Amino acid sequence: MTSVLYDVPGPKARRISLIGSIVGVIVIGGLLALAIVTLAQQGIFQAQRWAIFGQADVWSLLFNGMSATLSAAAIAAVIAFPLGLLVCLMRISDIAWIRVPTRIVLEFLRGMPVVLMMLFVLLVFATSSFVAVVAGLVLYNSAIFAEIIRAGIQSLPKGQREAGLAIGLTSFQSRLSVELPQAIRRMLPSLVAQLVVLLKDTSLGYIVAYGELLRAVQVMADFLGPQFLFPVFFVAAAIYIAINLAVSRLAIWIERRGSKKAAGGVAKAPTAGVSTVVK
Amino acid sequence: MDVIIESLPQYWDGFLRTLFLAVVSGIIALVVGTLLAAARVSPVAALRGFSMAYVEVVRNTPLTIAFFFAAVVLPRLGVTFQQFEVAAIIALSAYTAAFIAEAVRSGVNSVPLGQAEAARSIGMTFGQVLSLIILPQALRTVVPPLINILIALVKNSSVAGAFFVLELFGYGKQLANDHGDAVMWVLVGVAFFYLLITVPLGYVAHQVERKVAIAR
Repeated sequence: MTSVLYDVPGPKARRISLIGSIVGVIVIGGLLALAIVTLAQQGIFQAQRWAIFGQADVWSLLFNGMSATLSAAAIAAVIAFPLGLLVCLMRISDIAWIRVPTRIVLEFLRGMPVVLMMLFVLLVFATSSFVAVVAGLVLYNSAIFAEIIRAGIQSLPKGQREAGLAIGLTSFQSRLSVELPQAIRRMLPSLVAQLVVLLKDTSLGYIVAYGELLRAVQVMADFLGPQFLFPVFFVAAAIYIAINLAVSRLAIWIERRGSKKAAGGVAKAPTAGVSTVVK
Repeated sequence: MDVIIESLPQYWDGFLRTLFLAVVSGIIALVVGTLLAAARVSPVAALRGFSMAYVEVVRNTPLTIAFFFAAVVLPRLGVTFQQFEVAAIIALSAYTAAFIAEAVRSGVNSVPLGQAEAARSIGMTFGQVLSLIILPQALRTVVPPLINILIALVKNSSVAGAFFVLELFGYGKQLANDHGDAVMWVLVGVAFFYLLITVPLGYVAHQVERKVAIAR
């Protein structure tokens, strides 16, 4: 495959590119080696430090942290999506006294850090940290879901709504049975991408003392001793990243699947970066 | 309500620090992100691979983990920061750069094929094609998403407040502790100062988006 951004490399360019690649790999490898040597000098790789992973307790603590993370994310997502739908319908309502206040509240929610909302719920309503985390995530993400679905509805051809109204549906019926199903389908990749953000934001629970994965790391380091901080942190971070990567992959897969189905419809104009010629 | 007026100096100090974190990390992230995007479409395979791996991993790493690493794990390993702001700026700019790289790349993808072909047919090298033809057009179309990323950066900088940096959120926590009876007003004050940055930025993004839409 070749990109249109540069010519098919000749022998000389290929050689330069190969040398560049090798130098790059050496530089990155060197930096990694440096980091590893520094870590080794700290005694990070002593077997006893990693031996704790032979204990069932460590894994059960990590597992508890992970399930706390996932359950907060799942509950928040399940509440936030229908709420986002509702807010979206209010945001595009024909009635001004519903539309305008919703718009102001949405602006307000979108412009605030999630962690501030969590802290607000935690301190002002004196709830448990679990409720605070879920409430913060729901408030923020329902606003984002609403905006995504709204963008989806606005991207539909005007005729969809007009046709709905023309066959005698009320405005609300047209939204519900004609526009929303198409909009949600169109926006599925963005919605799943937002789910990754939601999952990532669960880690903010650490700040409001919710017992999620990162908090479990902290607890274990306090309990077992600071020399175990790095190994435990390393494993926890790997778990977090692996979960997120899996959900991101899912988003990409859905996007591909969607675009394959749409392929019969509109042909995309070729562009500079992606357009590649298969040799 | 009085709490807000009483603590105005703290709020102002926190506001300036939030702004400082966001501006410095924003500039670093814009530069690094654009370089990453350029590496992603370059002819050198190692650069492409590195850029892809970096963006993929960082985008899927929670920011809290990056901060935890910089502020809690690194000191244990003997890397200490004189000021935690430095750690915060590194974490924020490394994180944001990945998102900017993705946005810029999608901008590159939106430039019509003929532009690059025309540039190459008059004998431009890859560097020239990218810097003179593709990127100026690509960056123009991605200004609204870039502003949205910068808004997210402003909001993300609040995580620094939980890791020893006294910016808006950090002061908010502190003031909430000191004024147990007026927690709500304290936090409403913090929210107000965040909105003072994010709402105007959002407005600018919206305006630019409309202009770009018309220009097309």
